[in-house]
Amino acid sequence: MTDGAGHTVHHPRWLRPRMSTYWWLQRRSYLAFILREVSSVFIAWFVVYLLLLIRAASQGAAAYQEFLNWSGHAVVLPLNVITLFFVVFHAITWFNLAPQAMVVRVGSTRVPGLLIAASNHAAWAVASALVGWLLLRGQ
Amino acid sequence: MTVATRSLEPLLWILFSAGGVLAALLIPILVLLFGVAFPLGWLSPPSHEQTLTLLSHPVARVSLFVLCTLSLFHWAHRFRYTLYDGLQIKHLNEVINVLCYGGAIIGSVWAAYLLWQVP
Repeated sequence: MTDGAGHTVHHPRWLRPRMSTYWWLQRRSYLAFILREVSSVFIAWFVVYLLLLIRAASQGAAAYQEFLNWSGHAVVLPLNVITLFFVVFHAITWFNLAPQAMVVRVGSTRVPGLLIAASNHAAWAVASALVGWLLLRGQ
Repeated sequence: MTVATRSLEPLLWILFSAGGVLAALLIPILVLLFGVAFPLGWLSPPSHEQTLTLLSHPVARVSLFVLCTLSLFHWAHRFRYTLYDGLQIKHLNEVINVLCYGGAIIGSVWAAYLLWQVP
């Protein structure tokens, strides 16, 4: 250590408490936070799954049927059940958080958060119904 | 963090946020149907012809492309911070950025290619 560095001879120790790698297991709210973060991995998996479906459909009826058979595979099906849990968890927490992210005012009064969250959940229901109708109307 | 990556941060956050909304609106029903209900035989999947008719519609192609791209950027941004905070591997900063955003870009190009060549 040189004099020019501006340090004292006895350099003080940094106060940096070491955080456990598993800090998020200490409280339920921490765990919920990390589960929300992890949901993004399942979203990415689903994009890959969707792209495989699109590829199979483009390749022809046989490839499409093969994809449908593969979707019932002993690994793929449980993975998608877990994916469903995480994407629903993502959607619920995302829409519940919407009032914090967007402050809507009508005139000078602030639209209550509950109303904003409710309208987001309603949009989710409408979007789901629309997709469901598009995919199931042939039956 | 360099100036270049810092000024990209708002854009990346917007992509993350938009992806979060789209993923929340559309992915649960798609997973429920294609991932669970069809494989388990609760409902019968659309025929190949029906699926192809849906996919070949320009609106469907564009919507699916936007859904895939934004969802991937949502993943990239969120997963990057999961690794930072959850596993505390900040020293791998650069590698993580390349893997996350690079993965999202590659996935988006793949989505564009696949949706472009739907017959």
